[in-house]
Amino acid sequence: MTESTFATPAGVGIRGDSPEIDNTHDEPGSRAPLVTAHQDYASVTGAVCSLAERKTPRAWYVAFAFSSSLLLMLVVLLGYLFTTGVGVWGNNQPVAWAFPIVNFVFWVGIGHAGTLISAILFLFRQNWRTGINRFAEAMTIFAVMCAGLFPLIHVGRPWLAYWLFPYPNQMGMWPQFRSPLLWDVFAVSTYAMVSALFWYVGMIPDLATLRDRAKSKIAFIAYGILAIGWTGSSRHWHRFERAYLMLAALATPLVLSVHSVVSFDFAVAQLPGWHTTIFPPYFVAGAVFGGFAMVITLAVPARQLFGLRHIITIRHLENMNKILLTTSCIVGYAYGVEFFTAWYSGHHYEQFVFMNRPLGPYWPFFWCMVLFNVVVPHALWFKKIRTNPWAMLGVAMCVNMGMWLERFVIVVTSLHRDFLPSSWGMFKPTWVDIGMLAGSFGLFFTFFLLFCRFLPVVAMAEVKAVLPQAHDGHPGAPSGHGKSEAKGKEKEVDS
Amino acid sequence: MSDRPRLHALFGEYHDVTTVLEAARTLRREGLRRIDIHSPFPIHGVEKAIGVRPTILPWIVLGAGLTGALTGFLLAWWTNAVDYPFLISGKPIFSLPANIPVIFETTVLFSAFAAVFGMIFLNGLPRLHNPLLRHGSFLRATDDRFFLVIEARDPRFDPAAATRLLHETGALAVEEVRYR
Repeated sequence: MTESTFATPAGVGIRGDSPEIDNTHDEPGSRAPLVTAHQDYASVTGAVCSLAERKTPRAWYVAFAFSSSLLLMLVVLLGYLFTTGVGVWGNNQPVAWAFPIVNFVFWVGIGHAGTLISAILFLFRQNWRTGINRFAEAMTIFAVMCAGLFPLIHVGRPWLAYWLFPYPNQMGMWPQFRSPLLWDVFAVSTYAMVSALFWYVGMIPDLATLRDRAKSKIAFIAYGILAIGWTGSSRHWHRFERAYLMLAALATPLVLSVHSVVSFDFAVAQLPGWHTTIFPPYFVAGAVFGGFAMVITLAVPARQLFGLRHIITIRHLENMNKILLTTSCIVGYAYGVEFFTAWYSGHHYEQFVFMNRPLGPYWPFFWCMVLFNVVVPHALWFKKIRTNPWAMLGVAMCVNMGMWLERFVIVVTSLHRDFLPSSWGMFKPTWVDIGMLAGSFGLFFTFFLLFCRFLPVVAMAEVKAVLPQAHDGHPGAPSGHGKSEAKGKEKEVDS
Repeated sequence: MSDRPRLHALFGEYHDVTTVLEAARTLRREGLRRIDIHSPFPIHGVEKAIGVRPTILPWIVLGAGLTGALTGFLLAWWTNAVDYPFLISGKPIFSLPANIPVIFETTVLFSAFAAVFGMIFLNGLPRLHNPLLRHGSFLRATDDRFFLVIEARDPRFDPAAATRLLHETGALAVEEVRYR
């Protein structure tokens, strides 16, 4: 990599540039280090804070110019859509949902990996999450922003989108609480708010670190306000940890409920191909699958460019690849079960839909989906692929495309040929459809780059807490209650 | 001494977790109660060392969660069964299963807000001014050092004795924090 373009400060850069350290071994009795290159507290702070404190690297401007141009294109297309109407899309009867809903499900699914890492892995005491949870959570929030956009513009008259919420109005009407579409409003808006809270709360101690290191007045005031006066008091930490634990415990069922509710949008409808009970678990597994692919897509370049290879280690990436492989198997199984159920149901229309997917007019979409989601990820059985950043990036890119195609297959192939051949039709995206999909990536990456530039990209406090010297004489123990005879063993590791 | 601003606290700076915890235990044994450790990350076992009582936050969150569940239930029931009865496909005007998703979401939403804002409120935050933060050395509390703070309002507080104790327990430096 051209490390010189991304000049890291002295002392940090050396460690970041050092050759990849293999910490992927699994030996009973010895823990693999979560942070390599003998980091101490100060070097973790230095490595992470320097990203927000240094002069903006030229590559950041290039990336930002590109992604904000895509965002600008999205804004222009939104203006065109609002002034002209939804006819600028390829949506039609029978395919009324089309791209906006495909994109919605795609983006909301991506968000789920962030919550999985921050909440579920936290509850399971998977300490390796500390290196990646912050930017996975950021990814969640920006993905949910992209997701929220599409149903809002899909309602046709987006200036009336507030009708979705229950509020007393002059029409004397209320939304229909037995409709999955209303559940979706509640689920996605709750998810967006809880994810944002989770992200912000976890960031408070790190914002305080940035405040305490701020050189400029503007940075001091900005980080000072965001850090709300955090001083690392143990009494504060006690409540903080409690609050964080409870948020994790709340976010875990929440994230499962969100994609289940999204799947109800389909499963509660009577349409063959949608009306199946497998949808909630299938959607949740698919969301985790697609989300982890996106985390890898972001993590591999980020750790190279930002010199964070000793904090986001090969072990982190390998663990994520194992999750990717597992969820790929679940998704592949779900595809198989859908076909089995269609055959076993003896239901003609259901059987027709499942023949129409691999053999009908949208067959390339179906087979690409199978290739990207079911076949390619099996490369991850090989450790060489799991531990090679560029190979895993290739797999992850395939999965990103595969998961978008999966939603396309579910939405479009089910809708375009339902019960009556007289109401069959074809869907073709217009340039506005494709432009808005590309623009949503602009929205996502613009916010992500701003986050990488100004906020702590790694949860410093959490990484420090998993360093061996952070425990009172109990290296690696999850809750060391200090016994004086064992103390002092590990304290000189960093000096 | 009398013309200088009033003493707020004393703090000792420590290098590692083990020494600062041991120092806190020593101070507790000496009868000091208004002590606190400021650290860059949560230290396991610190609650016992400085005497932190378990927070009531979980009860606040439980209360908020129940309020959220009730709110979701009443919202769905009153709007759809009382104020504007919807008759959909001959289904009952109100049935619990169809309303569970919304009730669940409001439960989580209320609980999460209570957990976050309850934590911030119980911690006395946001606090945009803190005399401790005027000390340049204290800023390392969010980086790599551990600070044991003794407040002057502790009834057993004696500046000279406390300074000596901090030095004896391995403090790298001891500083006075004064009001201005």
